[in-house]
Amino acid sequence: MNERHTVAVGEPLLSLQHVSLSFGGVKAISDVSFDIRKGEIRAIIGPNGAGKTSMLNVINGFYQPQLGRILYRGEARKRMRPYEAASQGIARTFQNVALFKGMTTLDNIMTGRNLRMNKSLFWQALRHGPALQEEIAHRRVCEEIIDFLEIEHIRKTPVGALPYGLQKRVELGRALAMEPELLLLDEPMAGMNLEEKEDMSRFIVEANRHLGATVALIEHDIGVVMDLSTRIVVLEYGRKIADDVPEVVKADQKVIDAYLGVAH
Amino acid sequence: MGLPPKRANADDTFAKLLRMHARVRGGRPAFRHKDFGIWQTWTWSQVYAETCALAQGLGGLGLAKGDRIAVVGANRPRLYWTIAAAQMLGAVPVPVYADSVADELALVLDHAGAKFIAAQDQEQVDKIFSVASRLPNLALVIYDEERGLSDYSEPRLRSFESVIAAGRDALADPSVAAALDARISAGEGKDPSVILYTSGTTGRSKGVVLSGERCIAAARDTVAFDNLTDRDEVLAYLPLAWVGDHYLNYAQGFVAGFCMACPESADTAAEDLREIGPTFHFAPPRVFEALLTRVMIRMEDASAPKRWLFRHFMGVARRWGESIANGRRVPWLARLHYALGEALIYGPLKNVLGFTKIRVAYTAGEAIGADLFAFYRSLGLNLKQLYGQTEAFLYVTAQADGAVRADAVGPPAPHVELRIAEDGEVQFKSPGMFVDYFQEHDKTREALTTDGFVKTGDAGFFEPDGQLKIIDRAKDVGRLANGQLFAPKYIENKLKFFSDIREAVAIGHGRDFVAVMLNIELASVGNWAERNAVGYASYQELAGNPRVAELIAKHVDAVNRALASEPVMAGAQIKRFLILPKELDADDGELTRTQKVRRSFIAERYAPLVEGLYNGAAEAAISAEITYEDGRKGKLVGSSRIVDMPIHPPAKRSAAA
Repeated sequence: MNERHTVAVGEPLLSLQHVSLSFGGVKAISDVSFDIRKGEIRAIIGPNGAGKTSMLNVINGFYQPQLGRILYRGEARKRMRPYEAASQGIARTFQNVALFKGMTTLDNIMTGRNLRMNKSLFWQALRHGPALQEEIAHRRVCEEIIDFLEIEHIRKTPVGALPYGLQKRVELGRALAMEPELLLLDEPMAGMNLEEKEDMSRFIVEANRHLGATVALIEHDIGVVMDLSTRIVVLEYGRKIADDVPEVVKADQKVIDAYLGVAH
Repeated sequence: MGLPPKRANADDTFAKLLRMHARVRGGRPAFRHKDFGIWQTWTWSQVYAETCALAQGLGGLGLAKGDRIAVVGANRPRLYWTIAAAQMLGAVPVPVYADSVADELALVLDHAGAKFIAAQDQEQVDKIFSVASRLPNLALVIYDEERGLSDYSEPRLRSFESVIAAGRDALADPSVAAALDARISAGEGKDPSVILYTSGTTGRSKGVVLSGERCIAAARDTVAFDNLTDRDEVLAYLPLAWVGDHYLNYAQGFVAGFCMACPESADTAAEDLREIGPTFHFAPPRVFEALLTRVMIRMEDASAPKRWLFRHFMGVARRWGESIANGRRVPWLARLHYALGEALIYGPLKNVLGFTKIRVAYTAGEAIGADLFAFYRSLGLNLKQLYGQTEAFLYVTAQADGAVRADAVGPPAPHVELRIAEDGEVQFKSPGMFVDYFQEHDKTREALTTDGFVKTGDAGFFEPDGQLKIIDRAKDVGRLANGQLFAPKYIENKLKFFSDIREAVAIGHGRDFVAVMLNIELASVGNWAERNAVGYASYQELAGNPRVAELIAKHVDAVNRALASEPVMAGAQIKRFLILPKELDADDGELTRTQKVRRSFIAERYAPLVEGLYNGAAEAAISAEITYEDGRKGKLVGSSRIVDMPIHPPAKRSAAA
């Protein structure tokens, strides 16, 4: 890992400056600027089609904005591919779970360690000597994550056979296995019942506080967002309409009109 | 007060037993725990060393003889060691149900006057400190799992590691080690060994004080009864605070020297069972039932040849398995057929369930269905029944190998005296019987007869072969207006063995006849409705369907036939029944949290329906308030059709009676 610039807690880890993204004639994001500070939980909310997922895709390098600048750890970012973003410590989960359905929970989480494996494919295939030592070390990290997420009982279950709520948890596990500096969560609680949401909230808070991951999350459950996040950015039709702490955003008339409806 | 027969033995406390095992079988496994996906094993000598260090550490922090130390958490080696460490010091361990809410926890901790608490994790620690203001005696809380607790600043909080490390450092001094050893030797068998709180389904829970010598005497009897040795192994997954876990796992483990394996978490118990392959096992009937349901569902999804094989060989097992298990004469061809089944079906099935190595398995706690019981027996699983109580330190009766039946709980266990009082109540005197209810001597006096027998509060009778049959709680057993014995639970259980019936409430005390209110099981009746083109949109609609009433009437009739065949019960057949328009729910106070029906409450709440049952009406209407899961209240308005049942003449019993 190249941790050349360590960022102090509270300093901007990532900042987006006047970012615009369009697909042909459709403007997904227009002139949006905000930053994510080290150590915070940053929520991105907005109505459907506001450009939230596009925003995450820009952050992890899946989309290249046509205009604007992205600074990561204080450095302007060049064009980059998602795996480069990953190797710089940006991990994510997806709105529609994107796991390897035929593989077990453990194997899925192990794939999150892929970027941290140093031994060559040759040694790994032999599963011998230093490669075996390395695998044991990685397995240990994965087992700690399994313990952390309380999914011991599905360790050996193919994820395709798991209920949705658990698949979401496994996906979070895979992202955490990367030991990310910045964790992007795209609707981590969609389709969950109250209890599952409470569990997931707890994991996000603990990942943030104890594992030191800075979190950026998209979520539609406003109660969860208000409880969890340090600051909230509100998008509508690709524009930023508000950016502040939850108490202020909640009372913002523009946000209420565009998204919240009656004040919560 | 008559004491149970006393037998001489040197090791009359669990601390002494532990020391003995460390010497005699120090290299044998004593505890296992799956952690981070790997089974960790501790030998008896390691456990002894750890427990000594823990005891020394706890002693150093002020735990003294007679102090109470509560143990709150799931089955973890360190929590078991805490129990043993306390016993080394002469302090009294008090295991507490880990799933109790903070309020219940506070009641027990306060009543026990716990000075120390050993807690599993953050969840328990949070609960404890949320009620700490109500616990004036609390001096220290020790936790096992660090997670989430690292930034707590509570001064009364210590980690197990730190306590054990301090103890180990102190024990490096030979004089300290000798002093601890002397303290273990000084422990007396008559001292309190543990306080187990009753579950409290029949009133506020009471602290049952048990002494070391009696615990060990009882465990020695059953270890001999079931031939348990240090080669045996159990999966310790039952709640720590329950007498069953403390007896079957801890006491028998410490007497026989076998290995206790602690599961990774409650959710993984089934998988851990398969990996460990215990030789001695206990599970309540509902666990066996859930397992069977899972097997059946999996079989439905299997390919046609597999389904055929399964059905064919299960038929063979039903026909011959029980006879083979009970050692009766069976034709050799049938034996061969059964052996083939063992190779193809029963063996692999037992393997999947983790039952391959089981020599002895028990079930208890509630009545078990004959079909369910026979299923496991016929597979070749040595499943037996016992009847016990916290006050007896578990065993009152137990079935011996080869003399097993589903509808009774066995003859008295070794050295147990058992009798049926005038009013039908079961009373016993046993080697393990309790010393006292903690700080409630008046309750102790109430629980004992003048000649020293313990009143169980259960009503029962002996079968001709000497096995005890429990019919109900003694206080619930009533009489019909004509004097006929009426045991509501006995009738309800017979009904509930039908998968279409979820709950049943029998009424009859002081009435002319027995009437029953039922809940149907939505899953299985719904399935039936689908197959028979009966449309429904809700539980209430399905419950009100006349064809469902016909279906249930068949089951009720079968129960009446069964009752007619028993001389004692023949007069208590069900004359009228109805299907309740609402599912009974603990949130509405109709069931206890352990899913037992609260008859008097239900009778009051559904009074118009009860009236309908007894005034001959063909239908009765009800309106009641209900509580939704999120706490909102609603109103239920419904009506029930009432069905009349024919009564069967009492059958003549064969000469055996």
